This record gives sequence, structure tokens and C-alpha cells, in this order.
Amino acid sequence: MEWINAILQGTLLGGLYALFAAGLSLIFGVMRLVNIAHGDLIVLAAYLGLTTTVMLGLHPLVALIVVVPAMAGIGYVLQRAVLNQTLGDDILPPLLVTFGLSVIIQNALLEGYSADPQKLDAGALETASIALGPLAVGVLPLLTFAIAVAVVAGLQWTFYRTALGRAFRAVSDNQDIAQLMGLNKRHVFGQAMALALAVTAVAGLLLGIRTSFDPSIGGGRLIFGFEAVIIGGLGNLWGTLAGGIILGVAQTLGAAINPGWQLLAGHLAFLIVLAVRPNGLFPRISG
Amino acid sequence: MPEPILNISKLEAFYGDFQALYGLDLTVDEGEVLAIIGANGAGKTTLLRSIAGLMRNGPDQIRYRNQPIGALRADQVAARGLALVPEGRQLFPSLSVEENLIIGGRVGRKGPWSLSKVYELFPILDERKHQASTSLSGGQQQMVAIGRALMSNPDLILFDEISLGLAPIIIKDIYDALPGIVGGGMSAVIVEQDVTKALAVSSRVYCLQDGRVSLEGASSTVSREDISRAYFGIE
Ligand SMILES: Nc1ncnc2c1ncn2[C@@H]1O[C@H](COP(=O)(O)OP(=O)(O)OP(=O)(O)O)[C@@H](O)[C@H]1O
Ligand SMILES: [Mg+2]
Repeated sequence: MEWINAILQGTLLGGLYALFAAGLSLIFGVMRLVNIAHGDLIVLAAYLGLTTTVMLGLHPLVALIVVVPAMAGIGYVLQRAVLNQTLGDDILPPLLVTFGLSVIIQNALLEGYSADPQKLDAGALETASIALGPLAVGVLPLLTFAIAVAVVAGLQWTFYRTALGRAFRAVSDNQDIAQLMGLNKRHVFGQAMALALAVTAVAGLLLGIRTSFDPSIGGGRLIFGFEAVIIGGLGNLWGTLAGGIILGVAQTLGAAINPGWQLLAGHLAFLIVLAVRPNGLFPRISG
Repeated sequence: MPEPILNISKLEAFYGDFQALYGLDLTVDEGEVLAIIGANGAGKTTLLRSIAGLMRNGPDQIRYRNQPIGALRADQVAARGLALVPEGRQLFPSLSVEENLIIGGRVGRKGPWSLSKVYELFPILDERKHQASTSLSGGQQQMVAIGRALMSNPDLILFDEISLGLAPIIIKDIYDALPGIVGGGMSAVIVEQDVTKALAVSSRVYCLQDGRVSLEGASSTVSREDISRAYFGIE
């Protein structure tokens, strides 16, 4: 029973990891940019959530209506003002610049909020649970997982069923030819970053409700997101969800064996998948 | 005397340190079909890419309807009514046939061309519209590339070697469709390796050689000797 419980908890945790990963995956897919600052942007979203809940007295989940557009706006401006300038044939500049951005965000958060751990207060939601047979399942993890599935489904729909998604795919395929179709790739990249950071806002708030956070934890979230993306296979959003689940389950199983093994087990699962299937479990089937 | 729709003067183009076009002058008259011929590497594709906004040029080196467009981005050029059917077709592999056409219409210009018109011109595409563009034959892909350009309802359409790598019978199909395309008053520039074909469909012809115009004339009157001299630079 303990094992089943661990698998269940890990699966639900995987939803959160998928939310960490989805924005990363989207950005890489559309513009081949590896955003080193992604984890710090998640933490930034958590802090924006903190400020919103404290200042406006909102429930953290209600704060989404403020933080999601705010992060989307930050994403668009960041892309147009900074990141677009770094994109080109050389892959090094975007890595360096997003690394610098990561340092800047961490220091700004330290300045603004101090290094003290913070938490978002979601009230009764944090402790509520429902009985699933003999198992007690937390409502918050369940909700997180449901949101993750909804976000992935929404992104998938956007990608394959809307004009915006068509533009994303076209620019990803061939930037020059997309430009001939009247698409300004700088604007399209801005839209992609806006969407990615909107997802990041959801991830940040759910993270902040689940655990305490401080300005230094972004790197760890980046690694989890990155591992989920690679396990699932680049360019496949449902694969990213599966990758998140595999990572989450590996961690909770590791922790069930020995509490100190949680992170190690996750990294091991990642390495094993990478060794056996270098392209991830569900790579995009390219035409 | 018809008005020129496109006016190119002293156009230069570079790939890094390499100069591909040297002070090239060229005009396209309203409603005409202009052919551009020339050996491999003469600069034909570079010329079309410059017109379409994919190369950076001086603003006044390319004027369209008397407006400087040389320094505009490709999406801005497209919005003004120029479309390029690129060399090698270059469809979007992640998009279905129909999506490739729809995205061509994104510019949102009004005009005679629409999805149903393109399907009327190339009925096979209607049957294949939900397939991946990569699953089509070369000729069908070329039809998509042409349809995609038409969807923007351009006033000037640029064709870069639309017969490249296609079987003769398919080439004939595609060229047979041409009058239906340019008949509506659209101006066209056709880059074509097959000189006979190029002369047959055009009113005027330019020959490029090493990034310069080596011959210019009416397609019906240029002589074969002049062309071979302009083509290969043999004196
Ligand atoms: N991306 C590039 N980088 C560097 N040089 C290039 C590039 N593209 C073309 N060139 C060079 O520019 C010159 C003109 O090339 P261009 O493709 O315009 O010729 P073309 O007339 O279209 O030839 P083809 O008939 O083979 O299509 C050639 O010498 C070519 O090698
Ligand atoms: Mg060429």
C-alpha cells in the first residue's frame, strides 16, 4: 500500500513538474532557445503571487488572474527587448544572456524580498484531502495535476488548432519563409514567450502553495523541468507530461526507500532514459 | 508606356564578405511577365530574395510602386503585395497542405484568390488537403508553394525555378496553370533555367551573369547567340 501511495503521490507531483517543463519545451520548440532563467522566472511568479495575495488579500489561486497576465507581459517585453537580439546561428549568446538573466532575477528577488523562505497561504485547500479507497489524496496535488493536464491540453490545442499555433509551427520550421507569409518572427517569438511565461505563472503559484520558496531555488526547478522535457522527448507536450510523471514517481519511490534518495532517484531515472532513449520516450514524429 | 511596378537600381547584395550582386538595374512593368535567366550561381535567387525582403538592401535600391522597399523586412514587403515562390518549394513540414495555404493568406490582402480558388486551379490539392505537406510528390508540393503565394493576393509574384527537379509532364501542368494566374493583371517575375520555356511565357527577359545584367530585351526578339553569350560570357 505504501508503494501504491508513493506512485500516486509521484504521479500527482509529476503534474507540477510538467508545468515547470511546458514553458521550457514551448520556447525550445518555437525558437530553439534554452532558457536558463526559466526556474528563476517560476520563482519570480511565486513572489508576484505573494505580493498580490498580501496586497490585495486574494486567495493564491485567484491571484492567477493578476500574475498570469503580468508574467505574459514580462515575457513579451523580455523577448522583444532582450532575447530576440541574442537569437541567431550561434547557440551560445542566448545561453549566456539567460544565465545572466537568472543571476539578475535572483539578486533582484533577494533585494526585494530577502532570503527568508516564503509561502503562499491557500488556507484549507492545503490540508484538505479526499479518500480514495484506503488512500488519502490531497486535494491540492490533485488539483495541481488536473491543472497540468488542462494546461497541456490547452497548449496542444493552441499549437495544432489555432492561427497562433500555426504561426508558432511555421516560424519553428523556417523563419525566413514564415517571414514571407507576413509573420514578423520577432513578434511571434514574443507571443511564444508570453504564453510560456503565462504557464510559468501557474507553475509558480502552485509551487508557492505547495512548498516554501526563496530566491535561490530557481535552479532546482529548472533542472526538474529540463529533465521532464528530455525524458518525455523534445517537442511533444503530452510527452512532457509523461516525463514529469516519470520524474515525480521516481522521486517519491526513491524517497519511500530512503528519504535522502528522493532527488537522486529522479536524476537516475533521467540518466537511464537518456542512456536508453537519447531522444526521450516520445520524441516528436517528424515528417 | 506602361508604368513600372518594380524599379531596381544599383542593387548590391552580400553574403558576409562575398558580393553576389553588383549594381544591378532592372524594372518590371505593370502586368507583364518578366523572365530572368542565367547560369548557376549568377545571382537569380539572391535577386528574388532581395526583392522579397530576405536580404538587407539600401531603401532606394528597390522601389515598389514608387515606394522605397529595399530596407523593409519580408513581412512588410509581403503586406504591400509581393509574394515569392521560393526555390526548392520550402513548404512548412509541420503544417498540413491546407494549413500551408491558409498561412499564405495571413497577410490578409483582398483579391480574387482564396482556398477554393486555389483548389479550383489545382484540384489534387483539395483531395490532399489534410495530408502532411511532406507526403506530396514534388509537383504537388510545387502547387502548394504556388497556391501559398497566391493566397496573399499579390500584385507582383516572384517564381524561383518552379520547374526545378520536376518531371517534364508535371512542368507542363504547372506552366499550363500560369496564364490563369497572371492573366488577372498580376505582374510576375519568373526565374527559369529552361531558356525556351522562359522566353515562351515572358514578354521581356534579363540574363544575369556573375551578379550583373548581361542581357536585356524583348523575349520575342532576342537571338540565341546573344543569349549564349550573355549566359556563359563567351566572346
Ligand atoms: N547563403 C549563402 N552564403 C554564401 N554565399 C551564397 C549564399 N547563397 C548564395 N551564395 C552565393 O551567391 C552567388 C549567387 O547565388 P544565387 O543562389 O543567387 O544564384 P542562382 O542564380 O540562384 O543560382 P542557381 O541557378 O544555382 O539557383 C553564388 O556564387 C552563391 O555561391
Ligand atoms: Mg537560384
